[in-house]
Amino acid sequence: MTNELHNALADYLLALADDELILGHRDSEWCGHAPILEEDIAFANIALDEIGHAGVWYRLVADLRDERPETYPDQLIYFREMADYRSAPLVELPKGDWALTMLRQYLFDALESVRLERLAASAYPPLAEADAKIRTEELYHLRHTTAWVRRLGLGTEESRRRMQAALETLWPYALQMIEQPSAELVEAGYVPAEDDLRHAWEDMVIPHLQDSGLDVPHQTILPPFDRQRHTEHLSALLDEMQSVARLIPDARW
Amino acid sequence: MYGATVEPIEDAQTDDNRLREFEARIARGEKIEPGDWMPDEYRRQLIRMISQHAHSEIVGMLPEGTFITRAPTLRRKLILLAKVQDEGGHGQYLYHAAETLGATREDMLDALLSGRAKYSSIFNYPALSWADMGAIGWLVDGAAILNQTMLAKCSYGPYARAMKRICAEENFHKRQGQDIVITLATGTPEQKVMMQDAINRWWWPTLMMFGPHDTDSPNSAVLIRWGIKTKTNDELRQMFINQTVPELLALGLTIPDPDLRYDEESGNWRIGPINWDEFWQVVKGNGPCNQERMDARRRAHEDGRWVREALAAYAEKQSGT
Repeated sequence: MTNELHNALADYLLALADDELILGHRDSEWCGHAPILEEDIAFANIALDEIGHAGVWYRLVADLRDERPETYPDQLIYFREMADYRSAPLVELPKGDWALTMLRQYLFDALESVRLERLAASAYPPLAEADAKIRTEELYHLRHTTAWVRRLGLGTEESRRRMQAALETLWPYALQMIEQPSAELVEAGYVPAEDDLRHAWEDMVIPHLQDSGLDVPHQTILPPFDRQRHTEHLSALLDEMQSVARLIPDARW
Repeated sequence: MYGATVEPIEDAQTDDNRLREFEARIARGEKIEPGDWMPDEYRRQLIRMISQHAHSEIVGMLPEGTFITRAPTLRRKLILLAKVQDEGGHGQYLYHAAETLGATREDMLDALLSGRAKYSSIFNYPALSWADMGAIGWLVDGAAILNQTMLAKCSYGPYARAMKRICAEENFHKRQGQDIVITLATGTPEQKVMMQDAINRWWWPTLMMFGPHDTDSPNSAVLIRWGIKTKTNDELRQMFINQTVPELLALGLTIPDPDLRYDEESGNWRIGPINWDEFWQVVKGNGPCNQERMDARRRAHEDGRWVREALAAYAEKQSGT
């Protein structure tokens, strides 16, 4: 692999990792506050998996950058500034109500599932191996959130109204969350192309949203987006997440 | 699901016989199971204890929950999140155990949210720093384990089995707490100060977790007689003190008790007087975080109402088609 490909792949995986970390953080905010006890447990489990997956991707980034996989993930999580984060706005948005949380998780899980399906065949073997570990967990998430979208979409008038509002808020952001890898990375067979992922994702989510009684917003032209720009919510999130780790210089925790 | 069993009205003689047989079974070390005859008072005491215990797990998610987003390493974050999730799981097993006695989840939740039911007062104290995650894991979970290990041998089968499973996980929780305490106590000077401060704040409330002295504990006698408890509050408290004091001292931490001394003769560490006024104030709802904890539970319940309604409506539509 050339150096350029190395770097491009590391950047791609960093974006995946940051999305999982930040979404896991938002999900974990529900722990102890969910609408039913069973969901306190199930949703904490989803948060746990997402944050765990972030760790898997960060370790791959460490390998690609010749950093130590034991310490580099913490360095990335706790000592990176906001401008160096590569998360998408979708995952940065505050947790909102249960409809927004559940719908965001569903849209994300659907993308993960189509992406993981393709990464299983990645020409970069460590990526294909990591993929195999994560896929079963993601399958469970997708099943869980797919069922919730349906229940809330077809539940009561209020639940449908909240889901529709959440969908309108999230839809433009959801279209932005699909990574745009360099042409070289795609050609080398390391990662799937953006339009391939987008079509597969749309084929999965649009019929399900419609079957769940929701009106999918018309696709609009997206504002230019790159992963160096963030919502203002990320700053507060990072302040909180990094607060203890940065309390005492050079301390071990 | 388990519904309430309706007791037929029997004459006193039959009840006496049943009680004698029930007590003989307990004396033989047999477990009482959900369908078995049991005195109303046994059922009442168990529902009270098990539901309080379940509520404690649920409210207990809150103080540590505030540090999930702030845990200072990826590993600590995953462990803490898993731990708080386990507590929710424990609450769930325990609610199921109480349901086997005829209590319903709705009634139990209503009792918690309306303030009729109690939960462990320890969770009415605030978690102020990361060091509190260590203190809670080691001291609070350590104290809970002693109580739960005893309850794992209790006479009511479903409670004993739930406790067995819970204890296994609690031991893991205690170890993660110890690991945090050791890391901070042997860390930078600032970390040591942070750790000592947490021990100072959690020590006495943890000792109060075992409940009033035996002489002031109204339920103890009947609970021991029916094999629900096999040790008294003071016995468990002394076990905890003997186990924990030397370990904390070995780390260079101090215990916030000027009267603490080792009694050579009995081999026990003797503590100074416990501030029972504080204990009763917190039990009555005047602790530092009682209001906050209940507000958080009520808010979650209220905010989740539309979700539960949607689930019910969806289930109804599904069964109708």
